[in-house]
Amino acid sequence: MNAEVSAAPPPVEAPQPLEARVPAPVAPGSLALQWATVRVLLVRDVVRFFRQPSRVVGALAQPILFWFVIGSGFAGSFRVEGAQGLGYQQFFFPGVVTMVLLFSAIFATITVIEDRREGFLQAVLAGPGSRLAVVLGKALGSSAIALMQASLFLLLAPLAGVSAATLDLPLLLTVMVLSALALTGMGMSLAWWVRSSAGYHAVMSIVLLPMWVLSGAMFPLKGAGSWLAWVMRVNPMRFSVEGVRRALYGVEASAAVGPASVAGLEVPVLLAFATVFVGLAAFSVSRRE
Amino acid sequence: MPDTSVSTPPAPLLQLEGLTRRFKGRIAVDGLSLSVRQGEILGLLGPNGAGKSTTFQVLAGLLAPDAGEVRFAGKVLALSDPSLRRQMGIIFQRSSLDDLLTARENLMLGARLYGLGGERARERVEAMLALIGLQDRGDEKVGIWSGGMRRRLELARALVHQPRVVLMDEPTQGLDEAAFRTFWAHLKRLRDSEGVTVLLTTHRADEAEVCDRLAVLDAGKLVACDTPAALASRMGGDILSLEAAEPEALAREVRERLGLDAKVVEGRVQVEATEGHALVPRLVEAFPAGRLTSVSLRRPTLADVFLQLTGRALGADKPAAEPAPRRRR
Repeated sequence: MNAEVSAAPPPVEAPQPLEARVPAPVAPGSLALQWATVRVLLVRDVVRFFRQPSRVVGALAQPILFWFVIGSGFAGSFRVEGAQGLGYQQFFFPGVVTMVLLFSAIFATITVIEDRREGFLQAVLAGPGSRLAVVLGKALGSSAIALMQASLFLLLAPLAGVSAATLDLPLLLTVMVLSALALTGMGMSLAWWVRSSAGYHAVMSIVLLPMWVLSGAMFPLKGAGSWLAWVMRVNPMRFSVEGVRRALYGVEASAAVGPASVAGLEVPVLLAFATVFVGLAAFSVSRRE
Repeated sequence: MPDTSVSTPPAPLLQLEGLTRRFKGRIAVDGLSLSVRQGEILGLLGPNGAGKSTTFQVLAGLLAPDAGEVRFAGKVLALSDPSLRRQMGIIFQRSSLDDLLTARENLMLGARLYGLGGERARERVEAMLALIGLQDRGDEKVGIWSGGMRRRLELARALVHQPRVVLMDEPTQGLDEAAFRTFWAHLKRLRDSEGVTVLLTTHRADEAEVCDRLAVLDAGKLVACDTPAALASRMGGDILSLEAAEPEALAREVRERLGLDAKVVEGRVQVEATEGHALVPRLVEAFPAGRLTSVSLRRPTLADVFLQLTGRALGADKPAAEPAPRRRR
C-alpha cells in the first residue's frame, strides 16, 4: 500500500494563457469566501465524526451509561424537594443532555490544539478566510456533532418521563444550539491560550467539569450552601441545563427544583453567552502572534 | 551584499523589503530583502535557526512581521490580506492533510477553501490528481499513504486553486532519495504547466542544487543570493577531505607543517586548494602510514559554499533523513 506509484510524472499539456488560469471570480474578502471557510470546517468535522466508528458508539453509549449509572446510584438517596413526581433520573436527564454538549465542545477544542501546529487547521489559517470564519466553522462543526449526539440521547426522553404535553421542541433546539456554540467558543478561547493538550486537560478539570457539576445538572440550587449557590446562579451552563429542563418537563417542574427561576431568560442569556464567547474566540484566534 | 533588486525581466512577483521578526528579544529574521522572480524556484538555504522557517511562517500569514513590507506584483499588501492569501498555495513542514479523508476529499476541501466550487472545483481536483500521477488512488484515505505520496498530494492541494506563488517549508524532509526525486520532477512539471512561482526553505544541499536561485540565510540575514552554479563557482578550488582518528590534532599539524588552511568539518579535516590533485601526494607523504584513514578529492558542493559564506555547516544538527511524521487522526 505504501509503495511509490509512477515515478515519472505524466506528460503535461501546453500551458494555458495566464488569463485562463486566474482563479474564479470570487471577490477577495467577500462573504462567499468566508462562508466557504465555515463550510469546509463544518463538513470536515461531520465527515470525520462518521468515519470514526468508535466515536459514534462512544457518543451514544457514554451518556446512556452515565444517566443509568449515576441516575440510579443517586435515585435512592436523593429527593428533589417540592417536585412531586420528579425523581432523580428525571431531574438528572437534562444534565446529561448538557454534558453531551459540553464533552463534544471539549473534544472539538482539543482537536483545535493538535490541528493548529501540525494539521489541517494550518492550511485553513493560512487560507483566505478570516479568523472569525475559522472560529465559526469550528464552532458550527462541533455544534452539529453535539446536536446529533444529544438528539440520539433524547430518543430516551420517554423513559425519563417526558411527555408530549410538556415537550417544547423549538425551545429545546434553540437552547441546545446556543449552548453548543457558547461552549465551543469558550473552549476555543481557552485552548488558544493554553496551547498544549496536557494543559487543556487541566483547564478541563479545573474549569469546565466543575462548571457542569455546579450548573444544577447533578443537584439543585436549592440545597446548595450560600457561596456555592451564588456560583451556581451566575454559571452560564445553568441556563443551558434549566432551559433543557423547562423544554422537557414544563415550567412547573423546572421551577420546583430551584428558587429564582430563570424561565424565559434562558434563550437571551445563552444568546449573549454564545455571542461573547464566539467573539472572544475569534479575537484570540485573530491575533497573529 | 549581492544585488537582489532585479529590474530586467522576468519581473519580480514577490518582493520582501526589510522583513524583520523578533521572538522575545531574539531576532529571527533581520531586515530581509529579497525578490522572487515570476516563474522561478527560489530556495531559502540555511541551517536550523537561520530564520527560514520564520520567514515562511510570516509569508504564510501565520506570524505577524515586526517590520518590513511585502510587495506582490508591485503592490504593497498586508500578509493577512485575502487578495494576497488567495494567490498563495502553501505546503507546511508537517503534513496538513486530513488522514481520515480521501485524496479527492482533501483536494476538494482545499479547492473550496479558496472559493472554488461546483464543476470547476471537480475539474481542478481531477486535473491535479492526474498531474501527480495518483488519479487511480484518489478514493483512498491518505492516512495509509507513504510520505512521498502524501507530499505529492500536498503539492497538488497547494496548487488546486491556481495560486501564483507556492510556499513550501522543508518540503522533502524525511523523504528518501526516490521520493525526493519524484517530488521534484512533479514540482518542476507543475511549475511549467501552471506557471507558478515557488519559494521554499531547505537545509538540504541536494535540494538547493535543483533550485533556480538560492538565497543563503545566516542568523536571519541574507548573505548571498545567486544561482547554485554561480554560488559554487565562488569557490575556485577543490576540496580535499581527510579522515583520521584525531581530526583536531591532524588539522593543527596540517596547518603547522604544510601551511595550509585546514579545518574540521563534521569530523573530517577539510582543505580547500586550487591544485588539489598536486596536494594529495604531499599530504600522504607528510604523514606516517596509518595516520590517515582516507583521503578524497572532490569539487565543492553547496554545503562547502555555505560553510565558507557563514562559517557554519549546513544541516549539521540534523540527521539527513528522519522518518516522516505519520499519525493517524
